[in-house]
Amino acid sequence: MDAQAPPPAVQAEGVVKRFGPTVALDGVKLTVRPGESHALVGRNGAGKSTLVGVLTGLHRADAGTVTFGGEPAPAFGDTAAWQSKVACVYQKSMVVPDLTVAENLFLNRFDENARRISWGKLRRRAEQLLAAYGVQVDPNTRARDLAVEQRQFVEIARALSFGARLIVLDEPTAQLDARGIARLFEKLRELQSRGVAFLFISHHLQEVYELCTAVTVYRDARHVLTAPVDEVAKEDLVAAMTGEKAAGATAWHAAGGTAPDPSAEPVLSTERLSLAGRFEPLDLQVRPGEVLGLAGAAASGNTAVGEVLAGMRKAGGGTVRVRGRAVRAGSVPDALAAGIGYIPEDRHDQGLVPERSVAENATLTVADQLGPWGTVLPSRTREFARGMIASLDIKTQGPEQPVSGLSGGNQQKVVVARALARDPSVLVAVRPTAGVDVKSKDSLLGVVRRVADAGNAAVVVSDELDDLRVCDRVLALFHGRVVAAFDSGWTDGELVAAMEGVGERE
Amino acid sequence: MTGTVRPSTADDFDAALKGSPGGDTPLSRLRLIRWSDFSLVPVILVLMLIGFIVSPVFLTSDNLISVVQQSSELSLLVLGQALILICGRMDLSLESTIGIAPVVAMWLVLPPDGGRFAGLGLLPGWSAIPLCLLAGLAVGAVNGFLMLKLRVNGFIATLGMLTMLRGLHIGITEGKSITDVPESFRYLGKSEWFGVPAAVWICLVLFAVGGAALAWLRHGRALYAIGGNPEAARAAGIRVDRVTWTVLAIGGLLAAFAGILYTGHYGAVAATQGDGWIFQVFAAAVIGGISLKGGRGTLFGALTGVLTLQLVVNVMTLGGVPALWNQFLNGAIIIVALVISRFASGEKQD
Repeated sequence: MDAQAPPPAVQAEGVVKRFGPTVALDGVKLTVRPGESHALVGRNGAGKSTLVGVLTGLHRADAGTVTFGGEPAPAFGDTAAWQSKVACVYQKSMVVPDLTVAENLFLNRFDENARRISWGKLRRRAEQLLAAYGVQVDPNTRARDLAVEQRQFVEIARALSFGARLIVLDEPTAQLDARGIARLFEKLRELQSRGVAFLFISHHLQEVYELCTAVTVYRDARHVLTAPVDEVAKEDLVAAMTGEKAAGATAWHAAGGTAPDPSAEPVLSTERLSLAGRFEPLDLQVRPGEVLGLAGAAASGNTAVGEVLAGMRKAGGGTVRVRGRAVRAGSVPDALAAGIGYIPEDRHDQGLVPERSVAENATLTVADQLGPWGTVLPSRTREFARGMIASLDIKTQGPEQPVSGLSGGNQQKVVVARALARDPSVLVAVRPTAGVDVKSKDSLLGVVRRVADAGNAAVVVSDELDDLRVCDRVLALFHGRVVAAFDSGWTDGELVAAMEGVGERE
Repeated sequence: MTGTVRPSTADDFDAALKGSPGGDTPLSRLRLIRWSDFSLVPVILVLMLIGFIVSPVFLTSDNLISVVQQSSELSLLVLGQALILICGRMDLSLESTIGIAPVVAMWLVLPPDGGRFAGLGLLPGWSAIPLCLLAGLAVGAVNGFLMLKLRVNGFIATLGMLTMLRGLHIGITEGKSITDVPESFRYLGKSEWFGVPAAVWICLVLFAVGGAALAWLRHGRALYAIGGNPEAARAAGIRVDRVTWTVLAIGGLLAAFAGILYTGHYGAVAATQGDGWIFQVFAAAVIGGISLKGGRGTLFGALTGVLTLQLVVNVMTLGGVPALWNQFLNGAIIIVALVISRFASGEKQD
């Protein structure tokens, strides 16, 4: 290393991290120079958050080296030492909301020499610290009263006061409006000029181009590319994120060209359907035999649409109709009665009762059909469950096995069985293949296709490209608005670009 | 209710029904029974053996009948609490309901003069039982209102209700016992059917009905879904709040009914009726394998929990433990029973 160039703020080489059988990081590298804003991008599951965990001392790498400013990383578990090297500002606030800014800044290190806390002194130290970094926040404010970007400034100031010269920003703009983003970026550039390095993690490629000088792309736990930002075109970046997958068409892929008859009466239609703060008025029409995709990243509002359709949330306005019948807003029983089957986003949250049996979980929605006078006959429950186990190929010891003992893919099939149990006219599936293996994925998406082919309608809400391949038509949502519509012939690049909001703020 | 079940993949489904898939014979079903629900049965047998060794009186029918008689009121509270716990809630006020419900009924029924307790005499004597049950139902319904509509903390809300109702009880009775018990109460508490107290039969029937409802009624099964994962239950179209509210009301109703049996049996309502019971109720439920987090446990387990506690107390009494040490031993027994059932079932208690 020549004497002129300072050592990199952080350098990671050949980092490997496994969680059980899953390889989360497969020999990745990353170098951030002092005073640089370095973007780390990649699709979900690319390994970004695991790397952040390794860089901040939360995870212990299985192999590889990490150095900060040329010195090896502190020992695993030495929190104080890590704090003096690097800090992460998470999406989730890491301040104590009911304490003042001053207390948050000096939490647990009020004053080593004094026996009691001197509040006046603490306030003055906080003022000095905030002034040193040009943060205009009153140290007496309670942290909960701060604006999101002010809270981020406080967290950055706290990290810098520990001596850290590398700040990791995990999706810092997700909860900010345009003016907040402008203020945040201004502050970041100022700190950058003083030699602070930033690792910027974002789904918004536009922001990467605005703020960062270099970019690193990970895909499927591997390092793909590192380059100065001005040397990579947006299309190349998107291509690097998605990879040139030679996706052979499988049985469940939407067959291009056989567009559903536009004159047919729609199975599902919405009129000015909206939910304040989530998505803006939306008119949807899904015809018999059609699978509609609602693509969008985490904060795009697409999951909220799915939940409103299923009755889990009450719409702010507008109507939902199934085959002409209006569905009462915010009522799951009425949605079920109207013929809407629902595969929730997270099977652990809304999908399964883990301690109960496969049979019970699969028949939760049809409990009124399993016997006369409100009874549930065990024989009919088992019979029904056996049918579902066979038709969906659920690997289980039997209908009586607790559902918690099944693998992820088979648990998801139980959730699907529950959604299909009432023979729905409309199947609403939110991220239906999250956390399942390739084979289960094939069979789950095959089910979605079969439901539509039987003359019903399906809505797939997801940000997974594979989920969306089953759709005849895809609407991309960004910040609650439909920003693009695609027929089945879309390319990975254009859909990802639409989901990431490329071209939004130009 | 259509009575027919047709999943959308009907072809595969019909085909599957004709062939019988392997691995689902009655024998394999037996393997999946939760044996932990029966874990207290050997404990009860061991206790009976110890009782037999300690005192020859133990195995007489008089003694055993008195044990089950004494268990009957407690077990009704446990039944109510078990249902409430299974759907993921708790109701501490049951122990006050067992006292206040009969008091309210008698207050409305008994004449203003003549007896030692001056009632209001507003309603005829036959309405004592319906009034008592109604009072219990109302307490449960108010608890439900507090927890489900106002969304206040259920633990503190029912703790407040417990204290408030105890105070109301003392206020109405001026701290004295009421001995002018209506004849209908007395009948249920005192009479014997087939040589066994009516209260015991009634308890058994109610447990059987409750157990059957949990096993074979869709609203009964919904309790497990609600307690196990309320969001999943909601996504499956179960009206979570409505079912929970009903269960809370039933809990109050059962406590009031326990009050009728208890009052009838002893021929009086003391100002302390039910005082301190809630601890035993929770202990019996947890020992019997009901999870405080909801979604797990059976009524059979709860019943064995009650019997275990009562048997230990009986064996100790027969063993001649001095009365002054009763409270100490009561607490100790519950802790020991808890530890035993934890390891007998092999499951964590939570």
